[in-house]
Amino acid sequence: MADYGSRTKTVSAYIAKFRELGLLGFIVILSLAVQIRNPSFLTWENINDMVTNTAILSILTVGMMLVIVTRGIDLSIGATLALSGMIAALAVGEFPGLHPLLAVLIGTAVGLVCGIVLGFLISRFGILPIIATLGMMNVFRGLTFMVSGGKWVSAHQMPASFKGIATGSIIGINNLIVIAVLIYLFFYYFVNHTRTGRQIYAVGSNPESAKISGINNDRILWLVYTIMGGLSGLAGVLWVSKFASAQGDTAAGYELSVIAACVLGGVSIAGGSGKISGIILGSVLLGILNNALPLINVSPFWQMGIQGSIILVAVLTNAIVKRGVDRNHLMRRSV
Amino acid sequence: METRIVTSKKEFNLKAFFLQWEWMLVVIFLLVNVMNMNLSEFYWNYESLRDATMTFLDKAFIVLPMVFIMILGDIDISVASIVALSSVIMADLYNSGVPMPVAMAISLAVGTLCGFINGLLIVKYKELSSVIVTLATMIIYRGIAYIILEDQAAGSFPEWFGFLGWGYVGSIPFILIVFTVFAVLFALLLHKTTFGRRVYAMGNNITASRFSGVQVDKIKIAVFALTGLMAAVTALFLTSRMGSTRPNVATGYELDVIAMVVLGGISTAGGRGRMIGAILAVFLVGFLRYGLGLVNVPAQMLLIILGLLLILAVMIPKLKWGGGKLRKS
Repeated sequence: MADYGSRTKTVSAYIAKFRELGLLGFIVILSLAVQIRNPSFLTWENINDMVTNTAILSILTVGMMLVIVTRGIDLSIGATLALSGMIAALAVGEFPGLHPLLAVLIGTAVGLVCGIVLGFLISRFGILPIIATLGMMNVFRGLTFMVSGGKWVSAHQMPASFKGIATGSIIGINNLIVIAVLIYLFFYYFVNHTRTGRQIYAVGSNPESAKISGINNDRILWLVYTIMGGLSGLAGVLWVSKFASAQGDTAAGYELSVIAACVLGGVSIAGGSGKISGIILGSVLLGILNNALPLINVSPFWQMGIQGSIILVAVLTNAIVKRGVDRNHLMRRSV
Repeated sequence: METRIVTSKKEFNLKAFFLQWEWMLVVIFLLVNVMNMNLSEFYWNYESLRDATMTFLDKAFIVLPMVFIMILGDIDISVASIVALSSVIMADLYNSGVPMPVAMAISLAVGTLCGFINGLLIVKYKELSSVIVTLATMIIYRGIAYIILEDQAAGSFPEWFGFLGWGYVGSIPFILIVFTVFAVLFALLLHKTTFGRRVYAMGNNITASRFSGVQVDKIKIAVFALTGLMAAVTALFLTSRMGSTRPNVATGYELDVIAMVVLGGISTAGGRGRMIGAILAVFLVGFLRYGLGLVNVPAQMLLIILGLLLILAVMIPKLKWGGGKLRKS
């Protein structure tokens, strides 16, 4: 019994420790496999394209990680993204002279408001995150249609400066990538080296003891949904600028990809754990899958099934690994 | 000792609350009808009201077992995908030469299997919440529907199949009769059988239930499989009504269903709620939609209203209980 236990401890602790390394290994193997089937995969252009396409996903993933760490989930981000993108697009359509930075600010502000409302409902009324976000998802989506009157804002209605947000570049690197990197740097510092950042994890891993130790749980919950909203708003502007079109159904269902990226990156749905390095890899893996499947002639109709299966496998793997780690902790305690 | 006091107190509040909530639903239901009558002179008409039920009752079949799931404290957001998958498989089988009754039976079996898989995964991996498991299977089931039918529509069913969605028995829509039968059955199952009592017990305290000898895993799997089956029933009626099917059929049904259950007074924390509330909520939301549709309220506005209704339905009881809790502590 003891022997068996100690063996489990090593294996699971090992896996848990080198989870990111395993994921990285998987990404490398996957890339090589795709490269053999289609040599245009690992060209500089394709990689650049791929990273640019993944930037928006990865920005949202940061916010979603914080939400999931607090044991929540946010299904409304696709709708928040659409709403803020739409409002920003309408604003630049109305005032073509608007500075692009101001458009970004408008979108982010709309997203922040959405997030504040959501955070209020969840933290003050204790509504289950899934119910609250499911409800607000429809409200935001409905509002998107209402403000646009059901019409699209298309490329010719947007000034070049606005489209330049996503197509321009700073020292040869696409703006989207630069923004994503800055956000990751900021949040890496935020979650690892600030008091509030650490409190998010405390609330997620044990809400009761967090409260007893003097953390204001409601404030933290409110904060994470606000951050999520703000990032969705920012992503909305980037999305609309990138695809040069704002529609009522922009990014419908995108929340699933974002949650998938988190889960792939090892963020535990049970709350309390998740690393920035993990979600970078998770987003990259998802980005590679989206990019590589068409390159190796997988029918687009298979993509949804494949994506779902990968999420399920990742979730189950996480659960099994966590079981081992938990047993490990229990054993250590009983000794 | 303290826990016991809290529990007994809660039960007391609970009963008072139930009475209020179901009465409140009746009042809202009447208000909706009065409002609709004032909005449109065409609303208050037996025949059109009767036919309106045919348009919204299809998803109501999922509401019935979803009540069980939410009383358990779980949630199933894969139901719409199960509807799509069952519907697509039925159409595909029929179009490749399988007789229609067999295709329908297989469709029901597929739905049950999907639900069974959900239940099995949730029971085997207890640390995973039902949210994430059904989120993954939601993508997979619809993904399979896309693999089978790609972006095509399948249809040309035999003529008698249309009876499910369009037929009348006497002057009553067939779907209304079937729904009534199912509603009675499910209400009896929940309120008059040991199975139902055990579901409540599990929703209140799953550990205590397990220690009292309730086979919690089996019950949970059964409830999820039942949900899959009813999703397939919805698929039959929906497909019959539309006359053809596509992989993107029934998108958003999970929200409608969950909204109705929550509006019906079933607590999202599990353990509380009654079937009659959910059934009332089905008709409330259905007639609200129908009435607003009559006066051309855009579908997007309805989305907003439904979303807000869902939030309000969970918020109002929290307001009361929140106050009660504060005083207690």
